[in-house]
Order: sequence, then C-alpha cells, then structure tokens
Amino acid sequence: MAYNDKVLDHYQNPRNVGALDKNAPDVGTGVVGAPECGDVMKLQIQVAPNGTILDAKFKTYGCGSAIASSSLATEWLKGSTIAKAEQIKNTQIVQELALPPVKIHCSVLAEDAIKAAIEDWRKKQATTQGAAKA
Amino acid sequence: MNIPVYLDYSATTPCDPRVVERMLPYFTDTFGNAASRSHAFGWTAEAAVERAREQVAELIGAHPKEVLWTSGSTEANNLAIKGTAEMYREKGNHLITAITEHKAVLDPMKRLESQGFEITWLPVDSEGRVDLAQLAAAITEKTLLVSLMAANNEIGTLHPLKEIGALCKQKGVLFHTDATQAVGRIPLDVEAQHIDLMSLSAHKFYGPKGVGALYVRRRSPRVRLSAQMDGGGHERGMRSGTLNVPGVVGMGAAAELARVEMPVETERLRQLRDRLEARLLRDNPDAAVNGDRERRLPNLTNVSFPYVEGESLIMGIKEVAVSSGSACTSASLEPSYVLKGLGLGDERAHSSIRFSVGRFTTEAEVDFAAERVTAEVKRLREMSPLWEMVQEGIDLSQVKWTTH
Ligand SMILES: Cc1ncc(COP(=O)(O)O)c(C=O)c1O
Repeated sequence: MAYNDKVLDHYQNPRNVGALDKNAPDVGTGVVGAPECGDVMKLQIQVAPNGTILDAKFKTYGCGSAIASSSLATEWLKGSTIAKAEQIKNTQIVQELALPPVKIHCSVLAEDAIKAAIEDWRKKQATTQGAAKA
Repeated sequence: MNIPVYLDYSATTPCDPRVVERMLPYFTDTFGNAASRSHAFGWTAEAAVERAREQVAELIGAHPKEVLWTSGSTEANNLAIKGTAEMYREKGNHLITAITEHKAVLDPMKRLESQGFEITWLPVDSEGRVDLAQLAAAITEKTLLVSLMAANNEIGTLHPLKEIGALCKQKGVLFHTDATQAVGRIPLDVEAQHIDLMSLSAHKFYGPKGVGALYVRRRSPRVRLSAQMDGGGHERGMRSGTLNVPGVVGMGAAAELARVEMPVETERLRQLRDRLEARLLRDNPDAAVNGDRERRLPNLTNVSFPYVEGESLIMGIKEVAVSSGSACTSASLEPSYVLKGLGLGDERAHSSIRFSVGRFTTEAEVDFAAERVTAEVKRLREMSPLWEMVQEGIDLSQVKWTTH
C-alpha cells in the first residue's frame, strides 16, 4: 500500500510524542483501543483553568495511519480550547490525512481518544472543585 | 548492496539468470506449440517440455509422466482438491485439511463444503503442526483426501510428510501436499513420503511466475482427477490449454538447479537466517520467534516485536522488503489467520514480521536489515503506550481495554 505524504510526514516526524503527568489535576488522559485489535492510543491534554489546552501529548501503538491520526490530533488540540476540542470529528482527520476506507477506524479512535481525555480532565475538575467546597 | 534489501523470498524469488537464459530461445526461435504434431516447431517444443518434466520429476523423486503442468500452485491445489472430490464423489464426501493452510487450499475446500462435501478443519498446536492422532481419528470411511502443506508460508513450520503419508496409505485415503514453500528448500520424495498429489510453483524456487505443476501418482494407487479446465485435452486431458513452453522450460531449469545446489544452498541460507534471527532476538527485548524453531524451513523466520504494530514497523523500514502478519497490510483488518491459529493471542500476530532469505541474500544485507529493524523497533517503542506501561510494571493482560 502506498502512503499519503501527510501520513508519512506525521509517521516520520510525529508531533508531540511523550507523556504528561497523569496524576496532575490539570491533565486529562484518554487511553482507547486494544492490543488484540492492533491499535492503542494514549492521548493527554494539559488544560488551563479558562479551558485553554496548554499542551497535548500522545503515544500510539498502531499502524502508520493510527500514529498520524493521533499526531494530527495533538497538533489541533494544542492552543485550542476544550469547547473547540469537543467539536473535532473523525471525518476532519480522514479528510486532512486523506485516509482510505480501511483506515477510517484510525480516525475514529483518535476522536475517541480526544473525548476520553476531556472526560478524564472533567472528572478531575469535578472532584477537585468538590474537594474545594468541602 | 542494493536498497531496498529483499528479504521476502517466500513471497516470490527473482528468476535465476541461468534460468532466464535457458528460457529465452523458446520465446523467439523455438516458439512452437508443444501440441503441434505435424512439424519440427512442435516437436522441438515438445522435447523441451518433456525434458523439463524429467527435471521437475527428478527433484521430487517422481516419474516424468506423473508431472502435470499448471499455472502455479493455486491451480495445482484447485485441481488436486476439486479434481479428486469430483472424481471420487461416489466413494465418499469427506476431506481433511488444517486451518493454517494457504488460501489456495482453504478456499477450494470451502467451495466443496458449499457444494455438500464435509470438510474437517484440523487445528494446529502453538508451533503450527497438526496432531497425528487427531488426524488419524478424523479419517472415516467417507474420507477421500487429506491435504496438509509441506511447509507453512508464514512461519515455515514443516509437517511430518512421511508420517502423514504412511497414515493415509494405511487408511486408504489420498494425500495431497501443497509443497510450494518447500520445493527447492528441503528434500522431497513422493515415494519415501507416500505422497499422492503435490503442488509446486516455479516462482518460489527461482523460476518464472505463472507456471507450476501438480504431481499426480500413477501407481499404487493410480490417482485420477476430474479436469477443472476443459478444452483441447492437453496434459492427458487433466489440464487443457496450450503449454507455456518458455515457462515450463524455466521451471525445469530451476528444478535442476535446485536439485544440484540444494545441499550447499540450504546450509548457507540456514546460516544467514540464524544470523539474522540471533541479532533480532539479541537486540530487541521480548522479541519472539513464531512457529517451530527446529523443524521449519531453513530460510525463514517469523518474529514478533511486542508493543510495536507490524505495519508501522514495515513502514519505517522502507529499505528492507519484508511482510507482516499484521492486520493492516490486508484489507480485512484481521491479523494473520495462521498466527491466530497458533493460539498465541492476536497482539502477537499484529506485531509479527516474516523475514525470508534466498539465493542472492548476503551477510551484509542481513546485518543491515537487523540494524534497521532494531533501530525502528526502538523508535516505535518510544512512541508506544504499551511499551510505556510495561516499563511502569503494568501487566498488559490485566488492563481493561476499550475494544471497538
Ligand atoms: C503455501 C502456498 N501455497 C500456494 C501458493 C500460491 O502459489 P501461486 O500464487 O504461485 O499459485 C503460495 C504462494 O504464495 C504459497 O505460499
């Protein structure tokens, strides 16, 4: 299979590979996928109190398109806001990376990872606010 | 060293230049139709075809009359399986094979199943081999044919042909073996191994693509086949169609080279394969060989690199041509059914790469490949959440994954 240039670029020069402290109260972590299915994505965001995403990092086990999808996602997340991040759709990733039909699941996984990271961050916010009130 | 380094000899081999040389005159000067009986053009072509038949027969211990030309192993398998099922329909309706066979065996079997035949799909052990007791128990009075491959194309595991052949002979059922990967790489003998039908494909042993053969036993028992290709009655009516004379000549020449050079070549390939494998295992923690490390093809190793997905690894080692058992290289998203069949878990299949060396592989190429793979595995592991978890001491089998 021949790869699209953008996928190749993200694969060869992945943006924002790494890890944030998953125990930090301002970091949300999403881990989606399963090793048996051939892809696992871990996506993390660090969020300012006003909802600005200060940093985003990923690690992905999966094919080149899965790596590219998560790399692209972190690029879009960094400097964005939670409100905008929630609007990211897998179809935008498909379009940007020109993913063929058999690779669409990679983009779905990236969208799931974004959602999971936001949810994790939200949960932490709720518990810290809850703790502050108490 | 030519980049990319070709380590996919199990997918196909280049034609040996000596083979091409022998083929060339049959395209232009001696271009006759081997079935033309009325002039010298035909006679010359026929003589060349019969010489090639002897060469192929000699490689597998057969009589030349038992060698039937086909377009390759796919056709040979189809003819062997459907041809016997149709021919002996009166005698029975049952065939036996294993789940790790090539699609060119599995799919003809599936078609027969849809036509009312009964198929037993034998499982394999973690090394890829069927259990002979289980095979014996599966044979019934209705069994027509057992089809088990000589060597597996993904992991290289060898089946004990002689034992299987003896069992089939004793039970009075026919034994077909898809020997595509084994021909020219390990010695084969249809008499000593009690083989009734054997499929061969020239392009796996330095002959041209699109030509192959089916060995069909002529004596004790005489095997009869129902033709799958009807027409001019070529190949004693079992496979009609004007012969691909240059291809057939090439297959014959390749068979002769294989027979003469196999003893030395096999040892050389084994050393190259072992060198490659040893380096990969030494330099990549947790890497593991799939299949049987003892009884397997000398030229192939299938290695899993846990925490790294096979397709992404292949993408990263563009300078090395190999193939993967990972899902993503196929349209199906299913990882290799052969590796799944070993029962080692799908993750291992997703992380697997098949390396196969051949006649033109050098030590420098093998070393280069090992270095490139190791560097890329390292890079991808640094990107892998699984590797990170394992470093943190997390047991991946205990993690609750969100399957999708
Ligand atoms: C075990 C086995 N059987 C059959 C085939 C099919 O051979 P061909 O494509 O030459 O017909 C192959 C080739 O991939 C093979 O490895």
